[in-house]
Amino acid sequence: MSDMQQVWVERIRAAADTGTQLRIRGGGSKDFYGQHTEGAVFDTREHRGVISYEPTELVITVRAGTPLVELEAVLAERGQMLGFEPPHFGPDATVGGCVAAGLSGPRRAAAGAVRDFVLGVTLIDGRGDVLRFGGEVMKNVAGYDVSRLMVGSLGTLGVLLDVSLKVLPVPVAEATLRFEADEVRALKQFNAWGAQPLPITASCWSAGAMCVRLSGAAAAVEAAARQLGGDRLEDAAATAHWAGMREQRNGFFGGNAPLWRVSVPSVAAPLGLDGAQLIEWGGAQRWLRSEADVRRIRDRAAALGGHATLFRGKDAATAVFHPLAPALKTIHSRLKASFDPAGIFNPGRLYDGL
Amino acid sequence: MTAEAAMLPENAVKDADFSAIDKARVIEALSRVLPKTCLMHVDEDLRPYECDGLSVYRQLPLAVALPHTEAQVAAVIAACRALGVPVVARGAGTGLSGGALPHAHGVLLSLARLNRIVSLDPVARTAVVQPGVRNLAISEAAAPHGLYYAPDPSSQIACSIGGNVAENAGGVHCLKYGLTVHNVLRVRGVTIDGEIVEVGNAALDAPGYDLLALMHGSEGMLAVITEITVKLTPKPQLAQCVLAAFDDVVKAGEAVASVIAAGIIPAGLEMMDQPATAAVEEFVHAGYPLDAKAILLCESDGTPEEVAEEVGRVCEVLSAAGATEVRVSQTEEERLRFWAGRKAAFPAAGRISADYFCMDGTIPRRRLGEMLLAIQAMERKYQLRCINVFHAGDGNLHPLILFDANVGDELARAEAFGGEILELSVSLGGTITGEHGVGVEKVGHMCAQFSDLERNTFFRVKAAFDPDGLLNPGKAVPTLNRCAEFGHMHVKGGQLPHPDIERF
Repeated sequence: MSDMQQVWVERIRAAADTGTQLRIRGGGSKDFYGQHTEGAVFDTREHRGVISYEPTELVITVRAGTPLVELEAVLAERGQMLGFEPPHFGPDATVGGCVAAGLSGPRRAAAGAVRDFVLGVTLIDGRGDVLRFGGEVMKNVAGYDVSRLMVGSLGTLGVLLDVSLKVLPVPVAEATLRFEADEVRALKQFNAWGAQPLPITASCWSAGAMCVRLSGAAAAVEAAARQLGGDRLEDAAATAHWAGMREQRNGFFGGNAPLWRVSVPSVAAPLGLDGAQLIEWGGAQRWLRSEADVRRIRDRAAALGGHATLFRGKDAATAVFHPLAPALKTIHSRLKASFDPAGIFNPGRLYDGL
Repeated sequence: MTAEAAMLPENAVKDADFSAIDKARVIEALSRVLPKTCLMHVDEDLRPYECDGLSVYRQLPLAVALPHTEAQVAAVIAACRALGVPVVARGAGTGLSGGALPHAHGVLLSLARLNRIVSLDPVARTAVVQPGVRNLAISEAAAPHGLYYAPDPSSQIACSIGGNVAENAGGVHCLKYGLTVHNVLRVRGVTIDGEIVEVGNAALDAPGYDLLALMHGSEGMLAVITEITVKLTPKPQLAQCVLAAFDDVVKAGEAVASVIAAGIIPAGLEMMDQPATAAVEEFVHAGYPLDAKAILLCESDGTPEEVAEEVGRVCEVLSAAGATEVRVSQTEEERLRFWAGRKAAFPAAGRISADYFCMDGTIPRRRLGEMLLAIQAMERKYQLRCINVFHAGDGNLHPLILFDANVGDELARAEAFGGEILELSVSLGGTITGEHGVGVEKVGHMCAQFSDLERNTFFRVKAAFDPDGLLNPGKAVPTLNRCAEFGHMHVKGGQLPHPDIERF
């Protein structure tokens, strides 16, 4: 047991005994995300570094406090990357925060989300018990999938010590194509392309223009680029475009109106809500900058078969995440109580009462 | 710490005793909610349900319920809950770990009659299916649209999608296309409270905890699945398979790592050792080189340009890794013939041996050669033959231990042989089960892979869904007492846990 681990265990046990609430925090790059939570800051950044990395296994195990930039640099040296292309939202983002927030970037629709790449975790639960679930292998069905349960739980179930992630080779070639299109045509086109075996790894639409990124073997990218047409972006411009999209630095993400993340089936009709919109993930992720009424946005998202998150611009009166059905709410409360019986980890960050 | 102080359900310490359940009352309660044709309770009718694909374990249930609808499923569960009766869900019964083995005092709930493809949307590339739909039937229904359902366990012709979710089934294409958990968007089911829950949705994510991931591989212990939304994948334009022969198993193992190191993610990467090749060759005549100590099958799929480029690189890497022969399938017919042998491995084992155990450990790929050599030593130790087929790309091993249960102590030796493979898998940094599940077969070996504290977490997770422990009790997660009896302790830092418990 490393010193840091022991220090953390003792701190958690003391907090549980005294009912002291803890706010688990890495680099603070995602402080804006989720509901407001009170508590003494539990800084994870001291527990950092790569534990093991075997490129031929496509697996890396890192301590949760490791900066995401450091992890990505280690992978890049060996021609590998995180397949889910996570947003950083700041230079200090950590691996633990990336997993706890569960946010995925432009490649999500093609390659999978954070949860699809998490193979194992070590965590400390609210009793101060150190627990290891999953592992470093691709297939593992021994026991319930607690590792994936941690993804997106916003630190409400435990403190992550380390994480094992599946990694992917960096594609040999990429090309980004731009087309003029209105929203309806873009949605139709994204879905039509999605049903074909094309190497599309990212897509977006806003303000009358859509872009798609092709990745893979050089010959395959060239053949697909010829088939799709459109205007080809210069490599540097393309890289900047997708990085801007991932980090929300593109013009659309400026401004002060609340930013909603509306997650719907890719084939869902246009939202038809007031405000500016940016569409990603082949139609499945729709960013909405809107002052529209919360209920209207949530009802529309639900009617389309999805849900809506108040991503930025939260206010005390609005639940950040879409309300859960009663039966699921009960299961959530029981899971929270079983991992964190004293209710010390990030209380209320995900939902009130969790 | 007492069970209460640790917030542990009682069934985490010892298996619950259901022997006081009154069969007549159960039948009476079920016959109030099910038509006559949906309920069986006479021994000869129960016989076909006494085991799943792991037939060395057999047990008759109290009754078998065969509902047609979700409402009937909920009614059966509510009736069982009211009487405190265990419920064991069953799909097609092809599972290899005894996950659907009936409970002596429980109701076996077959989902076989919920076998409708509810809808298929070629534009959204999703299908909504009932749990009893066969895995292959989904791909068949999607084929006219140029789509398919990617996970392809070897039993795909018979296994049901509900069972696939319950076990998080894999197949030969997982490295590139993922497991069941990566290809399911939504699961609808009935909790032990008789409530309908939906986890996931038709979008790419859902709010709250990832209960969808938790449902995968949960072996029917959290809820009973009544409907599933699966993702469909565009069929690749072309697939080609490379067959490579090696004169040494360790070299073949290293070749697998070399392929991945070259930045290639093949659609499938399989390995068979010489005894396995010989067994299937006799059976399907796939044209495998019989003098090779091991063969690799490496499949590439995608656009014709992509495949040509990848196959070229694969051939280079395999030759450099010491392959004595490299063949590339020239026609679709030849590609299918390459695969025919691999897919026939289980039936071939059944053909040359009265019984066999199929193990399912997963290890880091770089340890494949080491594992194969260890298995050869175990063959001598236990005086039993073992033929080896591996999902090498995933490090997932399927050693098939051949034995005859009617001959002396062969069954006991085979079990010990299997146990040793599983424990070696754990100590090589892997897991006791990659895709078949724990069920009853490997429940004891969970004690080696997980600490008491970790198993306690599993019990608490279960209790969050099923506080009384009525869904598939006794499977997948061993109680504290059972681990003490099993004797394979998870020992950390040289300290024996629970020195106060008697051991046998």
